[in-house]
Amino acid sequence: MRIRAAGAAAALTCALALTGCGGGDAGPTTGASAETPKGELLIWADDKRAAALQPFAEKFGAENGVTVKVQAISKDQQTTFVTASQQGSGPDVTVGAHDWIGNLVQNGAIDPVQLSADQAAGLNPNALKAVTFNGQTYGVPYAMENLALIRNTDLAPKAPATIEELVAEARKAKTPEKLCLQVGQKGDAYHLYPLYSSAGGYLFGTSADGGYDPKDLGVGKPESVKAFQKIATLGEKGEGALKRSITGENSIATFTSKKCAFLVSGPWAIADVKKAGIKYDISPVPGFQGGQPARPFLGVQTFYVATKGKNKALAQEFVTNYVTTPDLAVALYAAEPRPPALTAAFDQVKGKDADLEKFVTAGKDGLPLPAVPEMAAIWDPFGKAEAAVVGGADPTSTITAAGKAISAAIK
Amino acid sequence: MSIMLDGPATTQARPAPEDDRPGRTSGSLIKIVLLGLTVAIAVWAAFPLAENRAWTGLAVLTATTAGLLYLYLTPRHIPLKYLAPGTILLILFQVFPVLYTASTAFTNFGDGHRGSKDEAVVAIQAASVTQVPGSQQYALTVATTGDPATGPLVFLITDPATRQVSAGDADGLKAVPGGDVTVGSTGRVTSASGYTVLTAGQAGLRSAEITALAVPTPGGAIRSSGLSRAYEGRAGRTYDGGCDCIRDTTTGRTWTADESAGAFVDAGGERLAQGWKVTIGFGNFTRVLTDPAIAGPFLRTLVWNFGFAIASTGGTFVLGLLLAMALHSPRVQGRTAYRVLLVLPYAMPSFAMLLVWRDMFNTDFGLINNLFGSDVDWFGGSASARLAVILVQLWLGYPYMFLVATGALQAIPRELAEASRIDGASAWGGFRRITLPLLMVALTPLLISSFAFNFNNFNAIYLTTEGAPFPADNPANGATDLLITYTYRIAFGGGGAQYGYAAAISIFIFLIVAVVSAISFRRTRHLEEVHS
Repeated sequence: MRIRAAGAAAALTCALALTGCGGGDAGPTTGASAETPKGELLIWADDKRAAALQPFAEKFGAENGVTVKVQAISKDQQTTFVTASQQGSGPDVTVGAHDWIGNLVQNGAIDPVQLSADQAAGLNPNALKAVTFNGQTYGVPYAMENLALIRNTDLAPKAPATIEELVAEARKAKTPEKLCLQVGQKGDAYHLYPLYSSAGGYLFGTSADGGYDPKDLGVGKPESVKAFQKIATLGEKGEGALKRSITGENSIATFTSKKCAFLVSGPWAIADVKKAGIKYDISPVPGFQGGQPARPFLGVQTFYVATKGKNKALAQEFVTNYVTTPDLAVALYAAEPRPPALTAAFDQVKGKDADLEKFVTAGKDGLPLPAVPEMAAIWDPFGKAEAAVVGGADPTSTITAAGKAISAAIK
Repeated sequence: MSIMLDGPATTQARPAPEDDRPGRTSGSLIKIVLLGLTVAIAVWAAFPLAENRAWTGLAVLTATTAGLLYLYLTPRHIPLKYLAPGTILLILFQVFPVLYTASTAFTNFGDGHRGSKDEAVVAIQAASVTQVPGSQQYALTVATTGDPATGPLVFLITDPATRQVSAGDADGLKAVPGGDVTVGSTGRVTSASGYTVLTAGQAGLRSAEITALAVPTPGGAIRSSGLSRAYEGRAGRTYDGGCDCIRDTTTGRTWTADESAGAFVDAGGERLAQGWKVTIGFGNFTRVLTDPAIAGPFLRTLVWNFGFAIASTGGTFVLGLLLAMALHSPRVQGRTAYRVLLVLPYAMPSFAMLLVWRDMFNTDFGLINNLFGSDVDWFGGSASARLAVILVQLWLGYPYMFLVATGALQAIPRELAEASRIDGASAWGGFRRITLPLLMVALTPLLISSFAFNFNNFNAIYLTTEGAPFPADNPANGATDLLITYTYRIAFGGGGAQYGYAAAISIFIFLIVAVVSAISFRRTRHLEEVHS
């Protein structure tokens, strides 16, 4: 019995000791440490950017006498952020793509930012437009990306002005594949969009305030049918320029192994192309002859202020007054070479990197990727319709069915 | 239950005198450490619960911990001592998730409906605050008239044009005489008599108060934008408790709260994006039953789903058993080496292998077409795509069946086979009448669990064909879609994440699998009764 009593006493001691420690962790009120309490700022970013942000976070922390922590979230950052915010364990600042905005706003996860006129003027207008949603600015953009045509200059010396020219060039180059544009079994709306828009198709109409109007769905309309009829001529039963066997996993590798002369991809592909030692040039994605200009989607990487952050004043200070300085944008460019959205930073780096200017030129006609939540309903049906049409299905019935599926999901 | 508990309790007065046996002390030591750990975990869990005022959770935690301490510190209730850990784990990891899923199925929980109504109202109002047209931004310094940690907050703002400094709090703005303040080069006040300027670190600790402080002005209110700038903003939309609606301050348009949908809806039926979570009864269940996108291809998907699960389980079983029998024969040389080689696919991570197989089936670049010189569009046709996913499952799954069949075969005495041979049975007859029935007693439960696993084998489809090929006129349902991949697409594909709907669907799938498993287990029991 004595041992039992001792056991109970030990358990109690243990519990009391832990209570003490736990109390120390739980809040600054116990004041065990001698140093003055500090505010804390928590930033979430993906792996690459987290590493690039770290030194600047520390600098910001040192300048302002606060602790700044950068956490790398490697997967499903948007979902993780929304879920964590909801239960109060999210960050103060998160870094992500601008097309998250619609979903983040409907979940009450991010706050608008108020930029001064000078700050707004220092940003690329397209980037600023991309982060504007329902008339509010929801974050500070720092980098942009869009698709371009990357070509192997040994195989195709001349940049094609139209997609027909591209097919003719590819035939001359006698490569096994004509064009490395990822399609896959499920299609890829993002990579198809330049061709779709050139052929006259659109996803959403434009509302009065210049944003996208989800009520005007372009998929399933006669324009989209015509566009897909044109795209079908490039498909497996036509020219064979678009193929389902070219997927997101193999398109860049196929290009770097010289099996095709043309690759439609973004700044992220350049590192692999350089590593393969291929002589390349970058030009805008060509459109159909006599068609409209091919408009790639613009994606904008953005800093957001979390609504449920514990330190919103500091988060606002960091995002609106610190991210808008060129140093940080240049460092993030060095971590991953995408054109900075801050004009001053872009001017600093463009001299060193000729590709940047070419990507920006390729994105001149670009459209911001729709940030409206309804966009979530587009990707899957649109992509599958693309895959079916590329595989030889009837464009009219396919795209009409896709339009029906999308409008059913939106309502 | 009570009989079980009472029974041994009466016999348990005995162990007390055994205390001085060797080994007893180390036993108590382990017990003390384990109980200490339990208490530690409970204390660690108590803080967030107390912080979030989750009193019910805290009460459950306290009661459970107290109960556990009592249980293991008293000599009585021996059976319960064995049952408790398992029961607690069962409740935590089985019962609780199932109950949570079931309760979620009755709500509209999902994107746009995650929080409470109050949170939605706050979000709507915060999202509508815009800078007053024509107003300017001010340089801001956060200060206090009292202690930096607790004193009342004051915004010291500098007009960029006139350099006039004003002090603002919840009562409004008042000018500060020029002689009392020092203004830095950026326009921010660096010191002011009568005020203590907060450092960023000090201000960071009072972040919530700073964000909440709005200094009323005739046009709206001055709010902070970070710690160094302020702007004059106005909420474009406000909540009116009287009509339980959101009103647009400029246009006068109103959105009234609809408690059944968890959203603010205007007269034309248009809703605001920010909604809240409400209970919608059987709405999700009726939607599953009436949605034409589900009801239409449901039967076809179900038949293929059964086909896939049976072919995966049956195919791997037959192949694994054949190989196990071949290697069971003592005449085979180097059996261990063969066995190791055969188990290899099982040792590789199936996630990576599924992706590798997907690429091997690529029409133009895939290993399979290159090796055979064929030009099959594997994932393009229904039949070939189905064959492909079953082949992949066969490769991934047979080593498991091989392993368990090898084990079971070794457990069957060889004398039985010899006896049957002496009695004149052929090799096939002996296998069919003696070996197989004995094997099935051991393997049937495994086959049932393998069937249930394959019935919901999300990865097998999602990482290879992703449900392709899809008929041109229906992008929602592909030829290789299982119920689980199909419903995943419906619940999380189009309208963002719809957890409530997904929970309702998973309950339906659970019912199907449960019925199949129950029938199978019943049949197994017959099998055991026959042969025991």
